Amino acid sequence: MAEIRSLRDAVADLIHDGDTVAMEGFTHLIPFAAAHEIIRQGITDLTLVRMTPDVIYDQLIGMGVARRLVFSWGGNPGVGSLHRFRDAVENGWPRPLELDEHSHAGMANRYVAGASRLPFAVLRGYRGSDLPKRSSTIATVTCPFTGEELAAVAAVNPDVTVIHAQRADRAGNVQLWGLVGVQKEAALAADRVLVTVEEIVDELEPMPDAVVLPGWTVSAVAHVPNGAHPSYAAGYSVRDNDFYQAWDPISRDREAFLAWMREHVLEAS
Amino acid sequence: MSDTTNAAPDWTADELMTVNAARALHGSRTCFVGIGLPSAAANLARRTSQPDLVLIYESGTLGSKPTRLPLSIGDGELAATADAVVSVPEIFNYWLQAGRIDVGFLGAAQVDRYANINTTVIDRGPDRPEGRLPGAGGAPEIAASCRKVLMVLRHSRRNFVERLDFVTTVGHGSGPGDRAGLGLLGQGPVAVITDLGVLRPDPETAELVLTEIHPGVTVEQVTEATGWKLRVADSVGVTEPPTQAELAALRALKSGGDPRA
Repeated sequence: MAEIRSLRDAVADLIHDGDTVAMEGFTHLIPFAAAHEIIRQGITDLTLVRMTPDVIYDQLIGMGVARRLVFSWGGNPGVGSLHRFRDAVENGWPRPLELDEHSHAGMANRYVAGASRLPFAVLRGYRGSDLPKRSSTIATVTCPFTGEELAAVAAVNPDVTVIHAQRADRAGNVQLWGLVGVQKEAALAADRVLVTVEEIVDELEPMPDAVVLPGWTVSAVAHVPNGAHPSYAAGYSVRDNDFYQAWDPISRDREAFLAWMREHVLEAS
Repeated sequence: MSDTTNAAPDWTADELMTVNAARALHGSRTCFVGIGLPSAAANLARRTSQPDLVLIYESGTLGSKPTRLPLSIGDGELAATADAVVSVPEIFNYWLQAGRIDVGFLGAAQVDRYANINTTVIDRGPDRPEGRLPGAGGAPEIAASCRKVLMVLRHSRRNFVERLDFVTTVGHGSGPGDRAGLGLLGQGPVAVITDLGVLRPDPETAELVLTEIHPGVTVEQVTEATGWKLRVADSVGVTEPPTQAELAALRALKSGGDPRA
């Protein structure tokens, strides 16, 4: 059964220097508060996995906690570039960042293979693209039944997956709904799972199209209301699009970025 | 307040591009929508000539009906108004890869004469590091698996290049037969709509040809803004100016109001 813990204790126990960490949430339910706790605790040398790095990984990369990024689309959705990500890749600031780069379909299938505890997944993908030239986790495999050549992508099995959800009960059963992204696969692919939630309830009321992660698949649950901000939790908050737009000028400048992180993350609790 | 020609008195080049991109969806039932310009065009089509157009976003929504343009592909309204919401692996495997979707609508950073796309890196010369772009996202498989592909982007020599620095997404490869050879299911790009006009692949060579210009644009302007020697159709058409109804619907979508109010 998942333990209900403080965010600080759960992060300290579950996430260690050098770990491969997936923090998922496809625009919705992005676990920002947990990322900020990783930064405050000074955990470093992480391999970060995420389909859409978004502002959450821009912050982690800019603070120098990542040595490697596994991803498929690294922008500020609807706004433009992730400037800290670009600065790390182009200029090595604050440290060099290795990349393993995929398409969305490839990344989604890597998580499916990870959750299924298979070594790889197959898809019709990457045909004619230069992407396989730069990745050691994309290959081809011949279908034993039809002879068709298909793309093979290596499974992703993070040491830790971190997600945000709407609710959990006191036994640590987790419920999320709305855009559920790839969170179920990312959680089931990982050795350890940390979930932050908007609310802890006595009983989980069924919701349409909800995903439930049974408590025995989750390592720890932390009660963190608004823990996805500036992303959102359907039923609890709306996406703070103004923040995503405001992030662009903050993140363009190294000093402005560091000042923002000091004020809003390092000196916050 | 006379409107005898049904032509709007003024519009921006971006509006002209979006209106024409929306028109290009005519006759399509389902559209896998990229964020940004493609999303504006697909939403405008649904608000004007194609009210039954099914908008599909890679965040996992089938049949979204937003009242305002979403900033991201995961805005809450896309899920709240959808016919169905599915997981990301499901949208790519069961819906896109299975070949169920009519049109993929993509933007691009760099395009070449065969409508191949680069959204990964820009070569800035031997003494400078590669410039970083966002990456592939859904595009390689959208362009592979939808029955056809539409593209919309602003026209400049920076965007329309002789040679891509990186092939993220295959349009027509290096010419006719390449898509079939690679096992790509759909017919690939059928039109590239820009703020200057419309390019379409030659049925025999698959090379993009200028087939239409927008009102007020010259053929020379388009060839000047293209980084390769652009082929021009024997007879270049001129697109219809945006109507008042199209412009009103587009501006309402952008401002978040209801265009029918």
